[in-house]
Amino acid sequence: MPPARGRGKPPANAGQLLKRIMGILMKNYGVQVVIVMILIVINVLANVQGNLFIRTLINDYIAPMVKEGSTDFTPLLFAIIRVACFYLLGVLASYFQSLIMVYVTQGMLKKIRVDLFRKMEKLPIKYFDTHAHGDIMSIYTNDIDTLRQMISQALPQFVNSGITLVSAIVSMLYLSIPLSLLSFAMVGVMLFFTKKVTGLSSKYFIAQQKDIGALNGYIEEMMEGQRVVKVFCHEDINIREFDELNEQLFHSAYNANNFSNRLGPINAQIGNISYVLCAIVGAVLAIGGVGGFTLGDLASFLTFNKNFSMPINQISMQLNSIIMALAGAERIFDLLDQKEEADDGYVSLVNVKREGGRLIPTKERTGLWAWEHKHTDGSETTYVELKGEVVFDDVDFGYNDEKIVLHNVSLSAKQGQKIAFVGSTGAGKTTITNLINRFYDIQDGKIRYDGININKIKKGDLRRSLGMVLQDTHLFTMSVRENIRYGRLDASDEEVEAAARLANADGFIRRLPQGYDTVLTGDGANLSQGQRQLLSIARAAIADPPALILDEATSSIDTRTEQLVTDGMDKLMNGRTTFVIAHRLSTIQNSDCIMVLEQGRIIERGSHDELIRDKGRYYQLYTGNAAAGS
Amino acid sequence: MLKTLLGEVKEYWKATILSPVFMILEVIVETVIPLLMASLVNNGIEVEGGNLPHIYKIGIIMVVVAVIGLFAGVLGGKYAALASAGFAKNLRKAMFHNIQTFSFSNIDKYSTAGLVTRLTTDVTNLQMAYMMTIRMAIRALFSMVFAMGGAFFLNAKVASIYLIAVILLALVVSVIMSHAAKFFHQVFQKYDDLNASVQENVSGIRVVKAYVREEYEINRFEKAALNIYNMFVRAEKNIIVNMPIMMLTVYTCILAISWVGAHYIVAGDMETGDLMALLTYCMNILMSLMMLSMVFVMISMSSASGERIAEVIKESSELTNPENPVMTVENGSIRFDHVNFKYKKDANDNVLKDINLDIRAGETIGIIGGTGSAKTSLVSLISRLYDVTDGAVLVGGHDVREYDMTVLRNQVSVVLQKNTLFSGTIYDNLRWGDPDATDEECRRACRLACADEFIDKMPDGYNTHIEQGGANVSGGQKQRLCIARALLKKPKVLILDDSTSAVDTATDAKIRKAFAEEIPDTTKLIIAQRISSVQQADRIIVMHEGEISAVGNHEELLKSSQIYREVYESQMKAGGDFDQQ
Repeated sequence: MPPARGRGKPPANAGQLLKRIMGILMKNYGVQVVIVMILIVINVLANVQGNLFIRTLINDYIAPMVKEGSTDFTPLLFAIIRVACFYLLGVLASYFQSLIMVYVTQGMLKKIRVDLFRKMEKLPIKYFDTHAHGDIMSIYTNDIDTLRQMISQALPQFVNSGITLVSAIVSMLYLSIPLSLLSFAMVGVMLFFTKKVTGLSSKYFIAQQKDIGALNGYIEEMMEGQRVVKVFCHEDINIREFDELNEQLFHSAYNANNFSNRLGPINAQIGNISYVLCAIVGAVLAIGGVGGFTLGDLASFLTFNKNFSMPINQISMQLNSIIMALAGAERIFDLLDQKEEADDGYVSLVNVKREGGRLIPTKERTGLWAWEHKHTDGSETTYVELKGEVVFDDVDFGYNDEKIVLHNVSLSAKQGQKIAFVGSTGAGKTTITNLINRFYDIQDGKIRYDGININKIKKGDLRRSLGMVLQDTHLFTMSVRENIRYGRLDASDEEVEAAARLANADGFIRRLPQGYDTVLTGDGANLSQGQRQLLSIARAAIADPPALILDEATSSIDTRTEQLVTDGMDKLMNGRTTFVIAHRLSTIQNSDCIMVLEQGRIIERGSHDELIRDKGRYYQLYTGNAAAGS
Repeated sequence: MLKTLLGEVKEYWKATILSPVFMILEVIVETVIPLLMASLVNNGIEVEGGNLPHIYKIGIIMVVVAVIGLFAGVLGGKYAALASAGFAKNLRKAMFHNIQTFSFSNIDKYSTAGLVTRLTTDVTNLQMAYMMTIRMAIRALFSMVFAMGGAFFLNAKVASIYLIAVILLALVVSVIMSHAAKFFHQVFQKYDDLNASVQENVSGIRVVKAYVREEYEINRFEKAALNIYNMFVRAEKNIIVNMPIMMLTVYTCILAISWVGAHYIVAGDMETGDLMALLTYCMNILMSLMMLSMVFVMISMSSASGERIAEVIKESSELTNPENPVMTVENGSIRFDHVNFKYKKDANDNVLKDINLDIRAGETIGIIGGTGSAKTSLVSLISRLYDVTDGAVLVGGHDVREYDMTVLRNQVSVVLQKNTLFSGTIYDNLRWGDPDATDEECRRACRLACADEFIDKMPDGYNTHIEQGGANVSGGQKQRLCIARALLKKPKVLILDDSTSAVDTATDAKIRKAFAEEIPDTTKLIIAQRISSVQQADRIIVMHEGEISAVGNHEELLKSSQIYREVYESQMKAGGDFDQQ
């Protein structure tokens, strides 16, 4: 997959994104968030108490005792117990804060994951055809991961630092306004450097993302083509090209980290210098006796000054991860905001039984199906038997409005007919099948299924009535048995095996290490393409659909096996409509009607014999003689 | 594993050492600054009437120390970045270079996605862990050691409280962490599975939708997500105990020291200033411990990445060049001498069984057989993509294991069944066959492979950009380009493994005719599903379940081989294939 879009760029609408994340957080975990906030405040206060205690310990207890030569430790014991209580409170607050945050963070992630998946399953095929799969995947992995970091670490840290900061600012202002201003000015200096350094490092971080993308792309391409590389002895050239990209990434990664590593030391030392400046200016003020500022105040002020620069440092460190998380959130929300596949169909598919020439709906599996048509005008409900008749009436279609790929396609398939589409790649064969099951909606014209406009049929029911076997097989990570059962979830083991026998897959399945219980991984990587096709045929066979679409479904199966499979399928599909796309003549020859497509138009149609007689394009293809015919 | 990985630090060992050195300098600065601050407060501010000269003096020293700290910090960060980025570079390099030496059987072991993850995500994980280790962990460790040292210097008896506490804490934390690491290991495994199922749904969305399994998949995913949630919660619940335990320990220390310290002070055995310093050190120790445990988590999380990387670096190719390789291939004759072959040594059955075969230079051989009859395995042995298990394969009179592999593979040109084009122009792709080929030679190869007709129609002709994997050309066009690419090697043996399956029959015939006329001396092996592709071959080999079931020309086989006859009949009712141009 190509490098993901827009990586490494901070989002423009950061505020809105943050608001939306917080919105989701508050809506689902409002109580928990409020409790966590309270716990953070308790934690910070307990810490402050602890810091103050050391001073109190010396000034109020030890010093007087030393002065008076007292050996009565009871007051000190009480003081220590009191502080111990505060500490304990802080520890408990910290524990429960983390504990709640575990539930909140993981809960949020689960919710977002499930929401994303639920949304994704409902998106139209078009979304998947127009988005790189790597990009979709990276939402689930990278983007959710950065979000996790933000929710579990950056946000609580932010709140914690914020509260510490505010308490420090208030105390400082209370003690001395001029010194506070001086401290703030130094914070200004800190922010200035932070901005400078982050600017520099983010430049390189963006470069790093770009270089990672380039290197990833190269690696993917070369790993995919590794066998070709071997066959052509291209290893040395590959190594040269790789080294160059690798070196580039090294440079940007080094610079990005080098600059971002500078932030900590710079801010820490500016903090120290700020401390010195305040000490000197404060001492001059105090000794000069300006505005009743005492040396004791200065000592306290300096403590706060120290406590003041730390949270700023922490916040600036968290900023980067928040910006990255927001960029990820933007992509997450982009997917969540996609428009779902619309379905305003109201005609549904039901099992029926025939009673005295009338169709009566039933819950049983009768093998007889009907379209339940609740008419919009009133209470009347009619039942139309499912036959699998498909009519295209002057259909125009384009994947986008500018480029129409099918022109004035009209065809009609009667019950039990086998309709074949032939033609060159890009002629529009697969497109037609995508329209029948409404993976895509047509621009103009009408498609009728058993006389019903397919727009009126519920999509689920329409697709359930159409089996589909594609050239690119897709198997799932589960056992062979479960993969076949995918076609009909309530099928028994015997039915699964019967379907496998029909597809001529039983033999090789039994030879697998665990037979039907062998778990397939990585899209059935341990099977040959032909075996995978046999499995997907078994999967379609068990669904026992009234109509079937076979799109190059047997292209990788040798002709002898294909013959056996086709015979089985023909038996199964007896009396049912089949649409076949194939480039192998043997696959389509016995079709009732063959449509020859060229550049989105049907240029010839008829049975094999008729088309041969006509000596047109089909004849040219069939005889392999381009000079013959027209 | 660690040795393999650290072996890749190489030229960055200097940076790896310099970084902690500067970090230690920064720690020293950090230890000195509080002392200076204490002196500034104690002797400058908290004395009667204040002591301005002292404040100035200490102030100047502090600024100087701060500047030193600044440089130490920046340089430490710089070398850490250099060392870790360099380490990552070398890891990627080591893996990629080693992968280039992989044989086909090495490649079979790893999935493409698995290798990509190792070269990218896993390396990034190690890079971060490495930087954290040399920068933060060393810094935290020394910070703790200095604090401890300072504490012992001030008052050994009181300081021993720390030592006991730290040891106890280290024990408790390491128990918790190793316990948690187990959970994390499990959860990451499951997490990979979850993502794999998303991947399946993305690529197999047509199947999901065609079978109306959206709700079913959502259900499955919800269950898996809940499972992940539970596992993560369980794992993290372990980790979060760390922090409170550390806080508890440190707070207990503070209180214990306050109590004990107060007694010492009252008894006149200790100064109040020392008590303050002791308590400051206590906070330092706490911070360092937190930092260390964080780094520890990162390292344990990246250890799985480390293992996976080391595995690739250590994988050694199963095919090696002989000591004194034969550097020329005499002619294109091929001999299989009692060849047995299996892909894995521990597999029970041989994929190829006792194959004996003699092919003369310049002969055209067709190979036909059902799915899984080991046609591809047979031809893979000729260019030594795999080594035979028993027997020998000879090309030009020499065992293929005697040749230099590059020489052999340049003379035995294979057009793979699963073939790939690479991003770049058509010329770029063709020149994989021969980097020095002239434009004229490229065009000639395309003419032979009948690729010229569609290339000429493209707006940019031979300079047309091919997208990754050849996504913008059709299957038939791709196959013809791959044939042209293989022809440019001017090989003595040309193997086409089902390479014209998407090419229409007429073009297929034209290509074969061109081969016969233009490269008559090249031995040609053609694997095909279509009888018409092999019908005119000098001899046809019929493969069946790993054995040669029959050899002969078309007419002979029609009489002698039942399998051949069946295949022929299944196809002859219909003449050939439809075009996919």
